[in-house]
Amino acid sequence: MGTFDLLLQGLMAALEPMMLVYALIGVTLGTAVGVLPGIGPALTVALLLPVTYRLDPAGSLIMFAGIYYGGMYGGSTTSILLNTPGESASIVTALEGNKMARKGRGGPALATAAIGSFIAGLIATLLLAFIAPWVVRFALSFGPADYFALMVLAFITVSAAFGDSALRGITALFIGLGLGLIGIDLQTGQTRLAFGIPDLLDGIEVTTLAVALFAIGETLKVACSPTHLKEEVEAIKGSVWMTIEDWKRSWASWLRGTFIGFPIGAMPAGGADVASFLSYSAERNFSKHPEEFGEGAIEGVAGPEAANNASAAGTLVPLLTLGLPTTATAAIMLAGFQQFGLQPGPLLFANNATLVWALIASLLVANLMLLVLNLPLIGLWVRLLTIPKPWLYAGILSFATLGTIGANAAVMRIWGVSFSFELLLLLAFGILGYLLRRFGYPIAPVVVGLILGPMAEQQLRRALAISQGDPAVLFASPVAIVLYVVAALALLLPVFLRLRGRGQLLGQLATDED
Amino acid sequence: MTDRANVTRRPDGAALVIAAVLAVIAAVIFWQTAQMRVVAVYARVGPTTFPYIVATGLAVLSVLTALSALRGSFPAREKDNHGPMFWIVGGLLAQMFLMFPLGFSVATGILFAMTAAGFGQRRFWFSLPVGIVFAFFIWLVFARGLQLSLPSGPLEAAAMSLFSSMSGGA
Repeated sequence: MGTFDLLLQGLMAALEPMMLVYALIGVTLGTAVGVLPGIGPALTVALLLPVTYRLDPAGSLIMFAGIYYGGMYGGSTTSILLNTPGESASIVTALEGNKMARKGRGGPALATAAIGSFIAGLIATLLLAFIAPWVVRFALSFGPADYFALMVLAFITVSAAFGDSALRGITALFIGLGLGLIGIDLQTGQTRLAFGIPDLLDGIEVTTLAVALFAIGETLKVACSPTHLKEEVEAIKGSVWMTIEDWKRSWASWLRGTFIGFPIGAMPAGGADVASFLSYSAERNFSKHPEEFGEGAIEGVAGPEAANNASAAGTLVPLLTLGLPTTATAAIMLAGFQQFGLQPGPLLFANNATLVWALIASLLVANLMLLVLNLPLIGLWVRLLTIPKPWLYAGILSFATLGTIGANAAVMRIWGVSFSFELLLLLAFGILGYLLRRFGYPIAPVVVGLILGPMAEQQLRRALAISQGDPAVLFASPVAIVLYVVAALALLLPVFLRLRGRGQLLGQLATDED
Repeated sequence: MTDRANVTRRPDGAALVIAAVLAVIAAVIFWQTAQMRVVAVYARVGPTTFPYIVATGLAVLSVLTALSALRGSFPAREKDNHGPMFWIVGGLLAQMFLMFPLGFSVATGILFAMTAAGFGQRRFWFSLPVGIVFAFFIWLVFARGLQLSLPSGPLEAAAMSLFSSMSGGA
């Protein structure tokens, strides 16, 4: 059966009423968390994982994908109207978008962001559908050594390629790898680093770590920061609609953003934030009105917003076809698959074809829903921005602890005092998250290290077992060698750029969350 | 770092502490892994291989972090206030220890009020009841509606028996 038929079948499945409800819940939640500063799609999916434990797998995954897409849409609203990006992929949108809003052109800025996101999402989802089977066919020939090389590449690009310091990125990664060691070894049943605590035998829950690092860590950082920025919501003045001139200036930027964003997401080369930065600098170079950049150029909103959505779709290529998460949100979605006993990778396309294609097709549906949700209902979302901080963060922490205790309600008793060990972990990792932020360490590598570390270990051991311990097997296949060369380039190129004094640009590209 | 080359920078004490912590973690992993009894089949490649790789990596990173700290090349930090930190961490601790005697709603309500206090909202006579009602509503939706196992206490028990007597009477 051709890709087109599979996609059509998926579309039929995604259009079932229950699936539409899941998608609608996903995109609504996603838009809301995108709008709210301080919570992003990674955190929301992590919070919802334990809650969806008993729900339908296909529906839950469709909902998670909706949250991911919705987060990309919603983030632009905050950037444009508040000058505080709702999530990291919308930082550049604030540069031009907020200037436009101050000049009374907030409406067209929101419109170009939403329509650009829609077009990018549409094209990128189709690219995903047509590229994925091809990657799957290629990946079926991969051996354990190739998978290990692929994971090493993902480790490097997530932790070191972007961001202002490879040292801090790799340190964050190794903290995640270290946490991933805890628990029973799957192959031999031996306990590692559990220190006699029964709750540690199953290892550290990805959701607990992610919720702690993102929700608790972020809350502590915001609460303790002495500089409370004065935040002013720009009212939307004038027409929301774009003029013919706006359309003329936007369409090429949307397309450029799409074709910058998709490969970045698909090639484990960084998250949506990286894509949006690259798109912004491309727009500044291509623009016929370079003098307007910094003063509210519509291209500077159209390009990056298209790029971050396209990259979100691109991220699903390695996630679905190889089981390789390249962003924090993708890492948590991988945990979501595992929760339902599904392992993303080439075999998923063979064994769960209906689910995969329903998921891909649901992205098209979600995309359309988001366009409808975002343009006419913009006033509603803006009102979310007026929730006072004390109530907002009190609510976030309540939900964070809800998800954690819901996932593991086991009671621990020491010296007659009963408490939840999972909440203790949540607190400890929350403080870790605060310290990581305070000292400029990225968060995403810790989460990716925790989930990908044990998988990389399995592939490494499998490869070495076949060769009876000879490490040369790791470099035996051409695929693995190419992947290592790319990984080395990803590690060394930024060092070179930093030496050439281009470090500031890389610093801005710091992969923070998504 | 190129843009700050002409500014003399002092060694960064906190960053040196980070380096020390990384070294301690590496040592703990080495020590725990060395204590594992491994079957001979796995002597060369087995459950200890990866821990040794990770511990070695952490040890190297610890040295590099120390060097970076001595050069003072960590990003500048703002001086954080610690008051809010005590409120929020205190709230999380209170919730953790009160969860089982008092139930989800009351314990989470206390967390809610203390977090709000950390952000400057100190009207407890208002925030505490709001938090408890909010948490009870969450408990109702997730524990009753979605069958999530959330600890219940006297408040939840009283509310549920009230509900059942009302629906029983009607």
